[in-house]
Amino acid sequence: MSKRIEAKNLDIYYGKFKAVEDVSMVVEPRAVTAFIGPSGCGKSTFLRSLNRMHEVIPGAYVDGELLLDGEDLYGPGVDPVNVRRQIGMVFQRPNPFPTMSIKENVLAGLKLNNKRASKGELDETAEKALRGANLWEEVKNRLDLPGSGLSGGQQQRLCIARAIAMQPDVLLMDEPCSALDPISTLAIEDLIQELKANYTIVIVTHNMQQAARVSDTTAFFNIAGTGQPGKLIEMDSTEKIFSTPSVKATEDYITGRFG
Amino acid sequence: MSLTTERPAPAESSLIPSKPRVGDKVFKGLSTGSGILIFVILGAVATFLVALAFPALVSSPETLESQGFGEFWSWVIPLAFGTVWSSFWALVFAVPVAIGIALFISHYAPRKLAAPLGYVIDLLAAVPSVVYGLWGGIALASALQPLHAWLATYLGWIPLFSGQPSGTGRTILTTSLVLAVMILPIITSLCREVFLQTPKLHEEAALALGATRWEMVQMAVFPFARAGIVSAVMLGLGRALGETMAVAMVLSGANVIKIEMLNQQNPISIAARIALDFPESSGLAVNQLIAAGLVLFVITLAVNMVARWIVSRRAAFSGAN
Ligand SMILES: Nc1ncnc2c1ncn2[C@@H]1O[C@H](COP(=O)(O)OP(=O)(O)O)[C@@H](O)[C@H]1O
Ligand SMILES: [Mg+2]
Repeated sequence: MSKRIEAKNLDIYYGKFKAVEDVSMVVEPRAVTAFIGPSGCGKSTFLRSLNRMHEVIPGAYVDGELLLDGEDLYGPGVDPVNVRRQIGMVFQRPNPFPTMSIKENVLAGLKLNNKRASKGELDETAEKALRGANLWEEVKNRLDLPGSGLSGGQQQRLCIARAIAMQPDVLLMDEPCSALDPISTLAIEDLIQELKANYTIVIVTHNMQQAARVSDTTAFFNIAGTGQPGKLIEMDSTEKIFSTPSVKATEDYITGRFG
Repeated sequence: MSLTTERPAPAESSLIPSKPRVGDKVFKGLSTGSGILIFVILGAVATFLVALAFPALVSSPETLESQGFGEFWSWVIPLAFGTVWSSFWALVFAVPVAIGIALFISHYAPRKLAAPLGYVIDLLAAVPSVVYGLWGGIALASALQPLHAWLATYLGWIPLFSGQPSGTGRTILTTSLVLAVMILPIITSLCREVFLQTPKLHEEAALALGATRWEMVQMAVFPFARAGIVSAVMLGLGRALGETMAVAMVLSGANVIKIEMLNQQNPISIAARIALDFPESSGLAVNQLIAAGLVLFVITLAVNMVARWIVSRRAAFSGAN
């Protein structure tokens, strides 16, 4: 569990369009890494390349090396399906399966791996994942009701439970709070703090305070203009980025002096 | 507007429009009118059927024997069976293929192939049913004759395939296959539309959990499309139940209830029976044919109600909320 990610000269394309150029970075385990930057600079694109979700889009591909504890995720013969089973993802909009109950949602990923688990084991796993996502107390009496009946914040925590039920090495989150109210946002931020004890966490956020609150390391992406590829400008400890960044563009962005 | 200079009296408040909006009114009228019209048409059809069927329904078996086609229920039940039986097999043949093609077009085929394939399928729907009937009765029946013989020889121990196989291939099996081809396009088109509407959000949720494409289809696409698939199947079934020419041109039909699918003697459907007998009928015989039409009407309504019930059973999990 909790592995280290290393990207080496990653270029990411949508067909002919190069969306992200030459990103090299290290994401440390048992820590929260935040990606910030203006919209369109390729934060989501880069995040989705980390679990090979990027190539789901027709024509999209990645060039470069991406190591998970030294193993190249884009190496020959690597099955993207297995990569995604090890690297969980939480999306911008909560997306529990509407046709499944709360419990079925939590166990959805596990069912893919291991169709033979006993009911007792499954119940135990579901409870553990829901507790891990700070949702157990709220849903323990309605595990068999549809997940779509929950509030937005609860649905997002359900999606986190669904991801951590797989016991992934890494948890990727793409603006997980942007569709949520402030109270639900705080609940998720608290949860992220707890989860980092066990997982490598990468979170994209457009909210600078959020990056400052939850992350240990911050990466700032930027884009020279529309049609240009996004680039990693600076990556450092969150404290450093938000107090004395070494690049002018980073400072402009975090102080709000940015277009 | 003079809103800034003089305060309007409450009666002319800008929040209370003095005239209802014309567009809204027209649209409301149109939609309500159309809704009522459907009921009026349905009622008129039902009234027509009941009124003209009535003489046959109340006649004694003896009268029907001499002036019609014999005792009503023993005449119509085999027809009802033939209708449901041929349509049932048509669905069994068509639905898996239709769902497979729809899924191929929506989720597997490269875009260059998907569009022409969808177009060809839609084109199949435009072929008139007489053409299907001609093709089924002439080409398909004789082409399938060897299959009949083979099934009877090697799988004859299954009751469905027992008995002497037909020498012409004009059997309920051939009929069901023709019907299957006829209902394939409508089911395929509708399923493809629903499959394409699966929210990206849910497809990505499945893929991000490490689902293969087929697992993603099972997790996100099929559950989302369930109600749509049922509707599509029902439309196909409706077409099969009511299909006239294609059945009439393949089967001569006998007044029997039998499940064997390969024999010379086959049950025929209500609609085909009506089409075959109507030209030479008069008097009470016409009433009796119309009574058979009433039975078909009831069967179709019942099928639709069952379908609605299936769809509504798990409404809370439908994804509509
Ligand atoms: N599915 C797609 N197809 C083509 N281009 C895309 C797609 N998704 C994003 N892009 C482009 O890639 C660039 C980066 O987008 P994205 O990663 O979504 O940025 P961010 O998440 O930082 O706002 C943008 O120029 C965007 O238009
Ligand atoms: Mg984004």
